[in-house]
Amino acid sequence: MSMAATRPARRFTLNRALPALTGLGTVVVFFLLMELAIRTNLLSQFIVPPPSEIIASFPRVIVEEHVLNRFMLTLGECLAAGVMLTVVGVSLGVLMQRFKLLQQACETWVAALASAPVVLCYPLFLVIFGRNAWTIIMMGFVAGLPPVILKTLEGITGVRRVLVNVGRSFKLTESQQFWKILFPAALPNIFVGIRLGLIFALINVVGVEFLINFGGLGQLINELAERYDLAGTYAAICFVVLVSVLFFMAVEKAERWLTRAE
Amino acid sequence: MNAPLQNPSDILVVDDVVVRFDTPEGAVTAVDHVSFGVRQGEFLSVIGPSGCGKSTLFNVIGGLLGHTSGTANVAGETINGPHPSIGMVFQEESTFPWRNVTDNVAFPLELIGMPKAQRIERARHFISLVGLDGFENRYPNELSGGMRQRVSLARTLASEPKILLMDEPFAALDEQTRLLLGDKVLQIQQQLKQTTLLITHNITEAVQMSDRILVMTYRPGKVKRIVDIDLPRPRTSDIVGSEAFGRYVAQIWADLREEASRGMRDEEKTMMGAKS
Ligand SMILES: Nc1ncnc2c1ncn2[C@@H]1O[C@H](COP(=O)(O)OP(=O)(O)OP(=O)(O)O)[C@@H](O)[C@H]1O
Ligand SMILES: [Mg+2]
Repeated sequence: MSMAATRPARRFTLNRALPALTGLGTVVVFFLLMELAIRTNLLSQFIVPPPSEIIASFPRVIVEEHVLNRFMLTLGECLAAGVMLTVVGVSLGVLMQRFKLLQQACETWVAALASAPVVLCYPLFLVIFGRNAWTIIMMGFVAGLPPVILKTLEGITGVRRVLVNVGRSFKLTESQQFWKILFPAALPNIFVGIRLGLIFALINVVGVEFLINFGGLGQLINELAERYDLAGTYAAICFVVLVSVLFFMAVEKAERWLTRAE
Repeated sequence: MNAPLQNPSDILVVDDVVVRFDTPEGAVTAVDHVSFGVRQGEFLSVIGPSGCGKSTLFNVIGGLLGHTSGTANVAGETINGPHPSIGMVFQEESTFPWRNVTDNVAFPLELIGMPKAQRIERARHFISLVGLDGFENRYPNELSGGMRQRVSLARTLASEPKILLMDEPFAALDEQTRLLLGDKVLQIQQQLKQTTLLITHNITEAVQMSDRILVMTYRPGKVKRIVDIDLPRPRTSDIVGSEAFGRYVAQIWADLREEASRGMRDEEKTMMGAKS
């Protein structure tokens, strides 16, 4: 939708870059203010290290702590959880829309699960899957599942009646009706669910890595914090942010490709 | 009154159709023993006050809604579900927002498995027919309401229905757009010799376009009268100023006013009833 609105303004490249530049500028200004506050002892540097120190710690974290390997590990876990929650979540949402009884039986507790602190179940997952990447992936998957199910359900239920009637008037079969009308009409909603699901998954993946001291960036953050390497901890957190940024860019690309291209 | 309404050669025959809805307040008869026929190539309008059962009739003929009794036939076949001979254009906006204009219009061609290159060419033909050249690659959200209705029309025309069935397709548009689109529809109808059944509550629109107008009564929806419109063709919206046109409008307005005021009284009574 926003694509269309900006189309006539394509000539003004500055206009298009402005939001991104403003965002970047805000971050820079925030860092400068932090630096200033810490330098003037307004904030204790034993609580927050100055941004310059965090930046300086990057080479060390990359070389000595193998942050790139850990980054790939966390990225891979999130990817696995993301693929699983998309496939399973959308399928379950579709099933619940198809079978009224299933929806009436499950919708409430799926919604309840969405706000439950699933991360507290990690000991259970440890017992089931062992202390390995699967525990982490499954935690992320379970935590991110409810919003995908709910948004898929909402999206398909909310398809305008007249579009369904257009399909009926063209005598679509049931599977055509789903693939050619219900599903594409629900896609924007489904993507909202996937975005939310990915946020939950990422939080839980890193959280469980931290808790069970295993795997990627979460474990690294845990170790660095225990060594009281504050600058390094924050540098590692920057990589978590990077994972989330990458995922959002990928989802946005996928959405644009699916909703616009034929 | 029923006898002259139908003809053995009619392509669409609606015979004694009744539609009753069960509501918590009891049964509501929306369409009451309606009979009429549509001749090959003709433009027939159904006009009636709001709530008289026009959309209900539209849905029955389109096969989207079952009826309580009576029969409806198209090209000799009973309607009991959407019929391939009938193409519907809906009152609400019904383009697919995830497809551009070409892919919207090519939709019915895709369903019959026409190869891509060929269906794009066919789609172009219908896009240009409704006057949307140059907008082939636009998406519905980049078009005005009138243009979107033209996309819906082109999409239905692309399925080459024997009968084009339209339910107040221009109701949501302003008067000027409505008149100009009316011209467009007339022009297409003449060009394709398209049998058309238009549902409307706009008298000017009905008189401008139709060969015959079927006037419905307000609740229960019955056939009040069928008026032959003897105005020369080809017609455009210019005809709206002529004297003969004015006479037809006045005649139909007289019929409708009676029904509409009965409807208003009826609704007021219901509201009073609800209050006490
Ligand atoms: N599904 C339904 N259940 C119960 N009553 C219905 C239903 N659909 C329509 N009706 C009733 O049938 C009557 C006719 O409705 P319909 O929509 O056919 O009117 P209409 O002539 O198309 O009106 P408008 O010009 O406002 O579109 C109305 O009184 C309406 O309340
Ligand atoms: Mg209606």
